[in-house]
Amino acid sequence: MKTTGLITRRRAIITGLASAGGLLLARYPKGLPPTYGNLLRMGDTFTYAAHRALLPGQSLVREYSDADITSFPATGTVNPGVSEKSALGDAYRLLQSGAFSSWRLSVEGRVATPRTFSLAELKQLPSRTQITRHTCEEGWTAIGQWTGVPLSLVLHAAGALPTARFVVFHSYDDWVDSIDMLDALHPQTMLAYGMNGRDLPLPHGAPVRLRVERQLGYKSMKYLHRIVVTDEFDDGGKKGNIQNGWAWYTGI
Amino acid sequence: MMQTGRRLCDHEPPVQPHARWVRISHWIATVSLMTLAFSGVVILMAHPRLYWGEAGNDLTPALMELPISRNYKHGGWEKPTPFFQSGSGPSSASRTYDIFNQNGWGRSLHFVAAWWLVLPGAVYLLAGIFGGHFRSHIWPKARDLAPQLVWRDVVNHLRLRIPPGSGGPRYGLLQKCAYSLVVFVAAPLIVVTGLTMSPAVTAAFPFLLRLSGGYQSARTIHFFSFVALLAFVLVHVVMVVKSGFRRQIRAMTVGE
Repeated sequence: MKTTGLITRRRAIITGLASAGGLLLARYPKGLPPTYGNLLRMGDTFTYAAHRALLPGQSLVREYSDADITSFPATGTVNPGVSEKSALGDAYRLLQSGAFSSWRLSVEGRVATPRTFSLAELKQLPSRTQITRHTCEEGWTAIGQWTGVPLSLVLHAAGALPTARFVVFHSYDDWVDSIDMLDALHPQTMLAYGMNGRDLPLPHGAPVRLRVERQLGYKSMKYLHRIVVTDEFDDGGKKGNIQNGWAWYTGI
Repeated sequence: MMQTGRRLCDHEPPVQPHARWVRISHWIATVSLMTLAFSGVVILMAHPRLYWGEAGNDLTPALMELPISRNYKHGGWEKPTPFFQSGSGPSSASRTYDIFNQNGWGRSLHFVAAWWLVLPGAVYLLAGIFGGHFRSHIWPKARDLAPQLVWRDVVNHLRLRIPPGSGGPRYGLLQKCAYSLVVFVAAPLIVVTGLTMSPAVTAAFPFLLRLSGGYQSARTIHFFSFVALLAFVLVHVVMVVKSGFRRQIRAMTVGE
């Protein structure tokens, strides 16, 4: 993937300062999350721009040994089949009763060949296993082992276009969130189907969840069913973080 | 300039009004620290448990639990399921209740205020180092740290015998020690441990995690640095009141 799709250092500094200075009303720069004039969201955007401008691109988070694995709370949605009253909840229950054999992950949007992946197809791609720290915005942390396929391989298999800037995720617990290409192509960003040497447990996002190791836990979405590659920012509307009052970028 | 009851020795610098950049820095820091304290407590209320090391959560033992929200010692968890065959090791459990959590605005407000501490704070440090402010006014001199001088100042403070404020430097001995601890120890410590809680920052600078002993150690140190700064602020306000509130406030605002 070419660097034109990535946010450049200069662009990050200029647009970050512009948004912090309140110049965003005139013309909001592409490639940054919208703030809707909210002072807190401006701060989030400033932090995002500062991180992209000042931190090295693809440094890895610390990885731990087997002995470091800890107990791991499951919070938020712990079973979309029970908690979601929508069609998504019904669909999830059906998948669950078939041991997720009919589960399909759709990869679409700005890709050369939109396609779906079954669980078996994801497992055929080269896998990666990493023991990392999950950092929850609430303040707790837990260390777990994750096995999955690097997201970059899935994006490559679908042929993500060079203009792509964001990857948007849709989940069975009816949430929409996105990450930028820098995090999407990070070597430790993966679609995890295994946890601590077994299939991903239901409360932790079965059958497949995202791991975004350089951001807080809530970016690592559980219960994935759709991935959309986009050129422009998609805030997820009422199902996304920003309109629910939460920061989109949580590298801090 | 009015001198109220303070003798000037020949070899000491004369009493000066606060420089404008010091006054501006002071009030930026005041608003920023108050906002950080408020939002920080809101964030802590979401998970009022402290730990040591890298990891800690409701399923692992805590170093201490603070009784500051309805999340305190809440039991609402399903029966834990062990991850491994042995059954005694790490386990998973699902939460069954809605916790108090205002971190959506709490965290973002914390970071807006943190930028206002870090960026002007960096300017303040550079100006203080290269402009000589720290050397001449803040850093206590070795010859002033004689035990009998320190003891006398401690006794005076304990008896609340606070001389009327001069409206600027030069400062008393304990005053210099307190300012030095805040500027060179507590403030840098709280910023560094704050940065250590950022997964993106520690990916770039892993030594930060080794420095504090892990994420949760950094969080715990961050909290106790806050307690130390809070104690400083309380004593500072008492001293301002005891040394002539109106005059001291005038000195730190309009600067006379």
